[in-house]
Amino acid sequence: MKHNDILRVSAKSLIPFILMFGLYVQFHGDYGPGGGFQAGVIFAAGVVLYTLIFGLRSARRVYQPRTLEAWICIGVLLYGSVGVVSMLLGGNFLDYNVLAHDQLHGQHWGILVVELGVGITVTAVMISLFFLFAGRGVRGPSRLSHDD
Amino acid sequence: MMLELIDIVLFAFLVLTAAAIVRLRDLFAAAMMASLFSLISACLFMVMDAVDVAFTEAAVGAGISTMLMLATLAITKRVEKARARRVRVGPLILVTVTGAMLIYGTLDMPYFGDPNAPVQTYTLAQRFLKLSPDEVGPPNIVTSVLASYRGYDTFGEATVVFAAAVGVLLLLGGRRRDQEVDWDMTMGVDLRQVQEQITRREQDEQEEAEAEP
Repeated sequence: MKHNDILRVSAKSLIPFILMFGLYVQFHGDYGPGGGFQAGVIFAAGVVLYTLIFGLRSARRVYQPRTLEAWICIGVLLYGSVGVVSMLLGGNFLDYNVLAHDQLHGQHWGILVVELGVGITVTAVMISLFFLFAGRGVRGPSRLSHDD
Repeated sequence: MMLELIDIVLFAFLVLTAAAIVRLRDLFAAAMMASLFSLISACLFMVMDAVDVAFTEAAVGAGISTMLMLATLAITKRVEKARARRVRVGPLILVTVTGAMLIYGTLDMPYFGDPNAPVQTYTLAQRFLKLSPDEVGPPNIVTSVLASYRGYDTFGEATVVFAAAVGVLLLLGGRRRDQEVDWDMTMGVDLRQVQEQITRREQDEQEEAEAEP
């Protein structure tokens, strides 16, 4: 679909905003609706749109499957490590109160990092699942993943 | 009154979309209708003030899962096989009875917005609403419940997403071999297999040549 001017131009102008909105939902979850899960899905949707227009190959060049697999693990580990750190600081598992001198600051940091972990995992999972499905179509005739 | 009208319209659209999904033989259109179904559900959650749930439904149901369905359709076929339509009595009775039982089960549920519903009277909800700003801080109490009070639970959810992804990657992965093959250039022919066949044939010929004298 790379050669369709309308699609290409509109996607090019939309994708940055979608990715930005994903980040906004990620870090604004404390104040408005949203959080790691929604942010991850929105960010992945931006990447999926890019893949649909510019092809699986160019998308895989940016988001390499091996790197994505690593990010899936990093997100969960980030979440778990917050719990471990709070245990090392003398609290219970995932007790954010001990993360900073002030209880509210600790909670703020804990929630921020935990949501970031969820966001990273969900983004990487969604993108790699889409790559997986779209990549299998390339064997046969496919409308989704051909480059043109 | 206005709100009820919106509710009625949205639910009517929901039922119509569901009926259309059942009737459609074109799976591409059915996937689009499923996306529409999710979007209408998101609107309903929005009307019920469940903004976070509406957000998730719109992003996952209408967005990503539709994309996955379309990607699956690209691999398989676009049109469902036409089958002779005849009414089967047994399954019809089973479905009707199950549906009736499910509806009967909802009769016990509290009405929407009922002030005496357990969710309103239960002390824990009151406690969260009152103490969350001083204990956790974020103005969005949904976030403080999800990420802090129920942090352990959300950790479990993240692990479930992780485990599901690992399962799917293991089942459908297998991309280690075909990763470097340029599929678009080979028109779907696995160059490596061809290469392997050629080298195997060459080896056989060599062995034959060596065995002859």
